[in-house]
Amino acid sequence: MDQSLRELYQEVILDHSRHPRHFGALENATHKAEGYNPLCGDRVTVMVMLDGEGRVADIKFQGKGCAISQASASLMTEMLAGRTRAEAEKLMEGFLHLAKGEEAPGLSPDDREYLDVMSGISEFPMRVKCATLAWHTFKNAVEEGKNAMDEGVT
Amino acid sequence: MTAAAKIVPAFDAQKARGDFPILSRQVYGKPLVYLDSGASAQKPHKVLQAMTQFAETDYANVHRGVHYLSAAATDAYEAARRTVQKFLGAAREDEIVFTKGGTEAINLVSYGFLAPRIQPGDEIVLSVMEHHSNIVPWHFLRERQGAVLKWVDVRDDGSLDIEALGAAIGPRTKLVAITHMSNVLGTVTPLKDIVARAHAKAVPVLADGCQGAVHEIIDVQALDIDFYALTGHKIYGPTGIGALYAKRAHLKTMRPFNGGGEMIREVTQDIVTYADPPSRFEAGTPPIIEAVGMAAAIDYLMAFDRAAVKAHEHDLLTYARERLRDFNWLRVIGDAPGKGAIISFEAEGMHAHDLATILDREGVAVRAGHHCAQPLMERFGVASTSRASFALYNNRADVDALVAALAKAREILG
Ligand SMILES: Cc1ncc(COP(=O)(O)O)c(C=O)c1O
Repeated sequence: MDQSLRELYQEVILDHSRHPRHFGALENATHKAEGYNPLCGDRVTVMVMLDGEGRVADIKFQGKGCAISQASASLMTEMLAGRTRAEAEKLMEGFLHLAKGEEAPGLSPDDREYLDVMSGISEFPMRVKCATLAWHTFKNAVEEGKNAMDEGVT
Repeated sequence: MTAAAKIVPAFDAQKARGDFPILSRQVYGKPLVYLDSGASAQKPHKVLQAMTQFAETDYANVHRGVHYLSAAATDAYEAARRTVQKFLGAAREDEIVFTKGGTEAINLVSYGFLAPRIQPGDEIVLSVMEHHSNIVPWHFLRERQGAVLKWVDVRDDGSLDIEALGAAIGPRTKLVAITHMSNVLGTVTPLKDIVARAHAKAVPVLADGCQGAVHEIIDVQALDIDFYALTGHKIYGPTGIGALYAKRAHLKTMRPFNGGGEMIREVTQDIVTYADPPSRFEAGTPPIIEAVGMAAAIDYLMAFDRAAVKAHEHDLLTYARERLRDFNWLRVIGDAPGKGAIISFEAEGMHAHDLATILDREGVAVRAGHHCAQPLMERFGVASTSRASFALYNNRADVDALVAALAKAREILG
């Protein structure tokens, strides 16, 4: 069996996709955006509650999509809870580097290790968008609730 | 030699396979199993050779020069038109308009024929299994001119509800736009019956033949159809070329789509008059080499006993259908009687893109997604499907490889 496939669809990823964390509606969200990948029709809605200091007090997502997009969204919500916006942005930047198979010097060793389960995606350039959809949607949510679809998600 | 030894099989798929250089390559170290011909077919060596040879020996712009090569190129281009004419069974060569593909052919009908005939409230009848290129040009007329789209459903097996179609044609219907063969379900529509029902109410019919032309034998005169659109790259020809068949009487009334060289009779500072069809609809330098390539592809296809080719493809479909039955986690969408060699399916607990990624690493190329047919996805309540489509060069070993790869996908994702 292809090693890169095993890595992409490793147990952690499949577990997150089957049992996504932070899945559902967030009643008291302060920020919200919908992401859409017109290529495959995958959709994700990210809802965030930022506290007074701009920290992610709570985050949830909803949507339908492939294992990669669901797992990525689930992992993202786990990582972002409790982070400030600046920290979140750094994480996202690091993740985008990893997804392209690049070094991510800005990530702390812990974050790097946590995100490592997703780094197999870099071997599948056609699927990188699946992995980054939730992150772009989060960014759009906290930046004035824009729509990821209008941004030409990359 | 005995009589038996002389019998040649009507269609030798294994031999035909050898005509396609790309099929001998590997991907990820595995033999390529190409099951995405519905998106675009591979090209036989003969087609590539014909294009190269034309470019190396007879190439110049067409209809423009008096020099030797211009005449040679014009001859080749017009010969290509006659090849398309023969392929479709058209009465006249000037009923064939070259376009850059099937999409442009349909848009030409929308803009050139139908738009000037549409008043707010006029209706266009189409089916829910249309490709977006046979939907969006009609949406344009809805958005811009208040046309009403009348959608005809398919039955649960994917067959067209012909009674519903007949009933949808009313006094305000201006066109029936219908696929000849669904690129998702494989359903082949009864064009003759459709045309008869539409003509009984004086409504013209356009068939999107982008898939149908690959697998069906077409005779536009016998069908008495008004418009038939086809695209070169799916019939084993190059990209960038397609054709519209339109009845001469319609073409004469159609307004031009693009303006430019080639399509005029006379241009002054004050007025412009247009060339006769088909030139009127072929503004600018056309895809000349591609037209030659498409003609070579049609010649290639017509050299076979096409009924035998169809039987071969049907055998693959039946075989695939049988083997997929072993997977109780897999739902095939589209089982219409007489359907063409396309099989779409949904796998329980597996998203089409994850599935296609795993198949890909096994060397098996399938299409995953909505197939530019979102209304149909909605009709069947799915976000996307995986699709295997068969061409003349596929064989049972390809089906076996698909089945083995599906089992692997189930093992990884299931
Ligand atoms: C049924 C059908 N109609 C139209 C088209 C559009 O053809 P093209 O993209 O070559 O213009 C396709 C192919 O994508 C098709 O399958």
